Amino acid sequence: MKVLVTVKEVAEADDDFAIEGTDIAESDLEYDLNEWDDYAVEAAVQLAEAGIADEVVTVTVGPERAEETIRMALAKGADRAVRVWDDALEGGFADVASKVALFEAVVDEEEPDLVLGGVQAADTGFGATGVALAERIGFEHAAVVNQLDVDADAGVAHVHRELEGGVEELTDVDLPAVLTVQTGLNEPRYASLRGIRQAQRKEIAAKDLADLGLTADDVESALTITEMYEPESESDAEIIEGDAGESAGRLAEVLREKGVSA
Amino acid sequence: MMSVLVAAEHRRGALRDVTYEAITAGRELADERGGDLHVAVVGGDVDGFAEDVNREGVDAVHAVEDGEEFDHNAYQAAVSTLADRIDAGAVVLPNSVNGLDYAPALAEDLGAPIVTDAVGIAYDDGLTVTREMYGSKVETTVDVAGDRFVLTVRGGEWPPAEGVGDATVEAAEVDIPESGARVTGFEEVGGGDVDIADADVLVSVGRGIEEEENLELVEELADALGATLSASRPIVDNGWLPKNRQVGQSGKVVTPDVYIAVGISGAVQHVAGMKGSDTIIAINTDPNAPIFDIADYGIVGDLFDVVPELIDEFA
Repeated sequence: MKVLVTVKEVAEADDDFAIEGTDIAESDLEYDLNEWDDYAVEAAVQLAEAGIADEVVTVTVGPERAEETIRMALAKGADRAVRVWDDALEGGFADVASKVALFEAVVDEEEPDLVLGGVQAADTGFGATGVALAERIGFEHAAVVNQLDVDADAGVAHVHRELEGGVEELTDVDLPAVLTVQTGLNEPRYASLRGIRQAQRKEIAAKDLADLGLTADDVESALTITEMYEPESESDAEIIEGDAGESAGRLAEVLREKGVSA
Repeated sequence: MMSVLVAAEHRRGALRDVTYEAITAGRELADERGGDLHVAVVGGDVDGFAEDVNREGVDAVHAVEDGEEFDHNAYQAAVSTLADRIDAGAVVLPNSVNGLDYAPALAEDLGAPIVTDAVGIAYDDGLTVTREMYGSKVETTVDVAGDRFVLTVRGGEWPPAEGVGDATVEAAEVDIPESGARVTGFEEVGGGDVDIADADVLVSVGRGIEEEENLELVEELADALGATLSASRPIVDNGWLPKNRQVGQSGKVVTPDVYIAVGISGAVQHVAGMKGSDTIIAINTDPNAPIFDIADYGIVGDLFDVVPELIDEFA
């Protein structure tokens, strides 16, 4: 069985940041593997270690810079990687359908039996690509998976979906399928030094639109970010000033007023 | 004119609050563009649900009988069919776990763009959606091209629709194809010996604690205050505390007299679980952390400096 894992390099804003135009200033962003995708990579690698998956391939939409993050996924045990980028993707805000077009082309080439990805990306928080991809490629799907048991012989993934309020839904999903995973699904491993060394030798195939048989029209986005700003705080919080001792002293008074005591 | 279609959400025999909030958002959109508001109820007690969603401003309710619980295949087929039947320009769904399990497929099916997790909408020649990015640190406005779109709306951002409407209520026949995904049951998580929902005072710990061994420090604080220890999601994901200690959308909803958030930034999913607390106190190094937006008292500082001092105050 082949597992394809969608991996995104996400940007995180520093505590202090400036907004330039419709994005955060590049110098105030740090890039990292999307937390949710880390769990998806771990799930795929565990399937390989259990002898259920024969190959784990990651796919990323991102510029060359993203290869650092891709190497992390390879160091954790993925076999090889595909990175998709094109000048046509530069600068704009890719909507769900355009990302799906890119992933569909990779799925056509790779023919995976299972696609795993994080339920959302920490930067844009759309939470939509995996399920939309499933619809496009005719796979079954389940979103917000926090427990996974693949029965390859029966061609079924037994999953738990984490609903709101401490309830989980138990679902059987026929393969091939796209599953979007929630944090807490497993314990993502740290990349070992040996893994990091091995990752240097693993293949990252860079592909542009033409390589995938696509044109700029296929990835034209229906969405445009027109403004970005810091949300106005509606807070009327009393900020307790002073050094740690002073602020703790004042907070203790507040707590005692509220009737808190051991 | 633009008809708007809202799909209701229910679980275990009851409509969820997000349904009524989505109806309000749907009505807002229908008003801005001029058009009717339709609501679909799919599965479960559709007759009872149809009555419940017939609130002020709802023009038509479509009841699709299919099974007892949510099934993304049935929801997609029903909403897609109805959207075409009434020529809906907008489909509005709750940005819930189940909403996200079919809304993107529905958008793909309809060939329409999707914008998720909306916190505000405006319509003027085209749709503009307000949503957050970078973990709620910024808000953005997003223009959507085209006349038809799918929108999921964040819970708690629109008031629930009220009153009694005079909608036409119709049973809708929809052809639902066979699904390769079958719900086999439900399971409650948590249990354990402590119910954090019963506590009067909660000391809640988040990612800021950094290492598992540092948990001892907040445990000590909870002891000193006679409080119960709870946590945000990452602490539970790491296996440092059991699931029954988790506060948030997917954990427990708590309403203690005092909630002390230690090293918790205040992601929207966490806030959903504790915003009803009487007094909220936040200790965090990041002055922009969203937790300060809902706190009554805040200390901008390092928990490793502040918490030991606070323990001393109560020792």
